[in-house]
Amino acid sequence: MNIGDPAPPFELPATDGTSHGLDGSLTAVVFTCNHCPYALAWHDRLLAVARDYDGRARMLLINPNDAERYPRDSAEAMRERVEGDGGWPVPYLRDESQAVARDFGAKTTPDVFVVDADGRLAYRGAPDSDYEDPSQDAAWLRGALDAVLAGETPDPMETDPVGCSVKWAG
Amino acid sequence: MPTAPETQLLWWEGCPSTAKAHELLREALAGEGLDPEAVELVEIETEGDAQRERFVGSPTIRVGGVEVAPADREPIGLSCRIYRLRDGSVSPTPDPEDIREAIREAIS
Repeated sequence: MNIGDPAPPFELPATDGTSHGLDGSLTAVVFTCNHCPYALAWHDRLLAVARDYDGRARMLLINPNDAERYPRDSAEAMRERVEGDGGWPVPYLRDESQAVARDFGAKTTPDVFVVDADGRLAYRGAPDSDYEDPSQDAAWLRGALDAVLAGETPDPMETDPVGCSVKWAG
Repeated sequence: MPTAPETQLLWWEGCPSTAKAHELLREALAGEGLDPEAVELVEIETEGDAQRERFVGSPTIRVGGVEVAPADREPIGLSCRIYRLRDGSVSPTPDPEDIREAIREAIS
């Protein structure tokens, strides 16, 4: 999927049994998981973005990894993680068939896709430039959301996603 | 230059942390006055490789046959390893001080 392309529609189950998908509002779709150190390193920064943009933009976290080979990414392990944290401010969705990850062209965990209110891809890549530096504060993602909210084009529109490869089944 | 202990960096291509781990290992060896080129790179390509090497994730560093960061409870397989740095943060690579300690232990 390229910048400006329509994002594929989807509906996925969250750890709390609800289901979520794109709904015509500005949404950060983040492919992530339980077992990747890069995803974990960026996790708190992503949740901070979700809290800070509450009411202006949504965030959906999607775990697409093959749970058969990586049991830590199973729906049950996802639920245990969220409950162990006392809940998250965003839904944590399970992409069991991996179809959504495939449709989006997700490569890594994390891999961030910002979809504007018209359903088009406005940003794709990493949350920020350095997983090791919390002060980066997901600056690329925040910048993309701010730009879209202001009716502008994000700069950068695309960065290289950094993280563990998506664990495809088979 | 003293002889470096057997130093292995076991890696899997699914994780982008190999270059950094290699750099940390080379720096740690050099910092102890040892040959930074002594690192043996071992690619883990299959689940069979992982089982044979008891590989619990990439990168895995062994100095003198001993894991820099033991992970007895981790499942064997092709994945990216999660390390805890000494400040408590999560990292794809071990704490540099843990690597240095393992090297000092191996040559003491």
